[in-house]
Amino acid sequence: MDVRAQVSMVFHLDKCIGCHTCSVACKNIWTDRKGAEYMWWNNVETKPGTGYPTKWEDQDIYKGGWERNNGSMKLKGAGKLRGLVNIFHNPHLPVIDDYYEPFTYKYLDLIESPAMDDQPTARPVSLITGKPIDIKMGPNWDDDLSGTPDYARNDPNLEGLSAAEQEAMFQLERMAFFYLPRICNHCLNPACVASCPSGAIYKRGEDGVVLINQKVCRAWRMCVTACPYKKSYFNWGTGKSEKCILCYPRIESGQAPACMHSCVGRIRYLGVMLYDADKIESALTGSKNDQELALRQRDILLDPNDPVVIQAAKENGVPDSTIKAAQDSPIYKFVKEWGLAMPLHAEYGTLPMLFYVPPLLPVMASLSDVNNDEQAEKMDPIAKYWNDNWLYDTSTDELWATIDKARMPLKYLANMFSAGDESVIKEALKKLMAVRIYRRWKTVGDIDESKAMAVLEDVGLTTEAVEGIFYLTSLAKFDDRFVIPPAHREQAIEMLEFTGDTKGSTGFGFKEKPLRGW
Amino acid sequence: MGVLDNFLFVGLPYITLVVFLVGTIYRYKATKFNYSSLSSQFLEESSLFWGSMPFHWGLAFLFFGHLIAFLFPSSVLAFNSHPVRLLIIEISAFIAGLLVLFGLCVLFFRRIFNDRLKPVTTKMDIAIELLLITQVVLGLLVAYTSRWGSSWFAAVLTPYLRSLFVLQPEISAITALPFLAKLHIIGANLVFLLIPFSRLVHLLVVPFHYIWRPYQRVVWNISRRSVRDPNTKWTLHRPKNT
Ligand code: SF4
Ligand code: SF4
Repeated sequence: MDVRAQVSMVFHLDKCIGCHTCSVACKNIWTDRKGAEYMWWNNVETKPGTGYPTKWEDQDIYKGGWERNNGSMKLKGAGKLRGLVNIFHNPHLPVIDDYYEPFTYKYLDLIESPAMDDQPTARPVSLITGKPIDIKMGPNWDDDLSGTPDYARNDPNLEGLSAAEQEAMFQLERMAFFYLPRICNHCLNPACVASCPSGAIYKRGEDGVVLINQKVCRAWRMCVTACPYKKSYFNWGTGKSEKCILCYPRIESGQAPACMHSCVGRIRYLGVMLYDADKIESALTGSKNDQELALRQRDILLDPNDPVVIQAAKENGVPDSTIKAAQDSPIYKFVKEWGLAMPLHAEYGTLPMLFYVPPLLPVMASLSDVNNDEQAEKMDPIAKYWNDNWLYDTSTDELWATIDKARMPLKYLANMFSAGDESVIKEALKKLMAVRIYRRWKTVGDIDESKAMAVLEDVGLTTEAVEGIFYLTSLAKFDDRFVIPPAHREQAIEMLEFTGDTKGSTGFGFKEKPLRGW
Repeated sequence: MGVLDNFLFVGLPYITLVVFLVGTIYRYKATKFNYSSLSSQFLEESSLFWGSMPFHWGLAFLFFGHLIAFLFPSSVLAFNSHPVRLLIIEISAFIAGLLVLFGLCVLFFRRIFNDRLKPVTTKMDIAIELLLITQVVLGLLVAYTSRWGSSWFAAVLTPYLRSLFVLQPEISAITALPFLAKLHIIGANLVFLLIPFSRLVHLLVVPFHYIWRPYQRVVWNISRRSVRDPNTKWTLHRPKNT
């Protein structure tokens, strides 16, 4: 047993309101620079949708991640041989147009314009060439299902859904969507690290943060191809790749990462996970299919309260404070104890350490045709003519029926979170629903106790667990959501290299100005 | 054997060597951040293929061809003793030269005409491309006019280069070479001279070590074994920027 610690995250999708505060916080701190304008280390996409970069989940196009190769795993679009042969021209590199051409507006024209008959306009100009452009794409171009025929309908996760199911999803009155915030997953088997010919990318042993050494990166740009989540970006200005650094300067000083700290919906949780590095290989090579891999990822994660694990962790040099943080970790509860959170696209084989609680609301909110004439009569004259007879059905009479009749087909969610295995998703959604039913008995009281208890029995949750889920979901305070292990400055001062020295050095921590070579 | 010859074939190579060594090592130590190939594929992809691929592969072939003739002249001469083999070597080298020339032209026009590439193009990039184009054209002309270069390189240039490396320069054979060949030698010096001042430094960091390193890389800041022992030093390395 080789016990290591990893800072890991849970995103509770039911709570995300799609405000993009996280993206803006991240942008302001890290990527508001020349060459990085197009980068969103944190981005939030609408699902169904094609995401950013467009259709990133379609690995037939982007060739990211790992694939099974009789008994072992190999990189799909990079690797030792392929990486070196393709070094002069990487055929699978996404280019700027797959993201969008960054632009600004000529605001000064508004102010400096002479008096004219017409109002002056601020024309958009490209941030690369400085010339006027027609904007064809921008951040969150397909936000909230805009442009559905072009975007949402081309979502790669619709694969495996029948034509009728797809049609049903996009009927106007049934349309449902949710938001998917994404950052780098700080994977256990990172494809970016494996693909880097220079060896510039590494995983920090102490906390598992995956970083790119800016001084060693030589712009071979294989990581951009290899990361299946497209979370390694190429800075065209400095000629170096960059990625989410999990705000490690903030974590080391005890603060939550900027995206998490600023999250309006409080959907984000961060904590330490202990894992067994010896099990990684067998989980990857031993699983016969993607579904099995998705399940076996949970086995790599260890119980921080198990004395054997604690002993092994201590022998491996994991500090006591980190073990303590792992015991208090909200991540452990969501992922292992309650089995509510699962990784995004586990089938890519990178063992991502960012877990998602799948969204229940768009799934459950089925519609029923009700006759509300009587109600309309009582309303004011304007509302009276709004004869919309559809109502969200949140009744709980038939307990699990709504899940099967879901508006968002389970298959769709399963394609994202459980490598296509619907039973896993269904189990998590039933648990989420059970919590609601239980709380409804407690607070509203229109469900009787026996029914609530039967539901808990059905999903195998204790009342304690349900209260725990309820607490962490809706009441949790800052310190419950973010259990950050103390960085041991006295042991590792180099973790805290001074990073405020050069504007634009973006926390990479070096004194040399990050200027492009010549 | 005038002063000029002495300067061009004795002085210049030594200047080049010193500048190259000092320059690249200093740049590596002092400003490691800008040691990069500065790929522009992200901004322009399709014509890069037609430029970069023939250029790099052709150049690799030519570079190793020159290197082998320098390191193993007698084997090259022996190999060339058979006319068919000589012909094969000469023709493939000539084709490689044409590929490099084609690739360079594509790269050059791409830099000039593509708007998106202008912000990432420096004067040095243009200078390098022009210099390399000149150098390749000269090389092709030499190969065409003074036949069987692979043999006379081994017979004439290898002894000259060796004499430089053992610090006993012997240039009489060089000064007798045709004018074009002399220019080609001077051009080679200029290319090496410019390496430390341009993006060409990336050829010194070609990542061959990727082949034998394990795929995953985990870096520890603390020594995991000794961290719990009060009698040892915990840290593995010192902070770099304090
Ligand atoms: S998400 Fe991508 S960039 Fe982040 S660690 Fe995983 S493979 Fe690397
Ligand atoms: S800040 Fe939180 S709620 Fe808002 S979009 Fe980001 S993850 Fe969602």
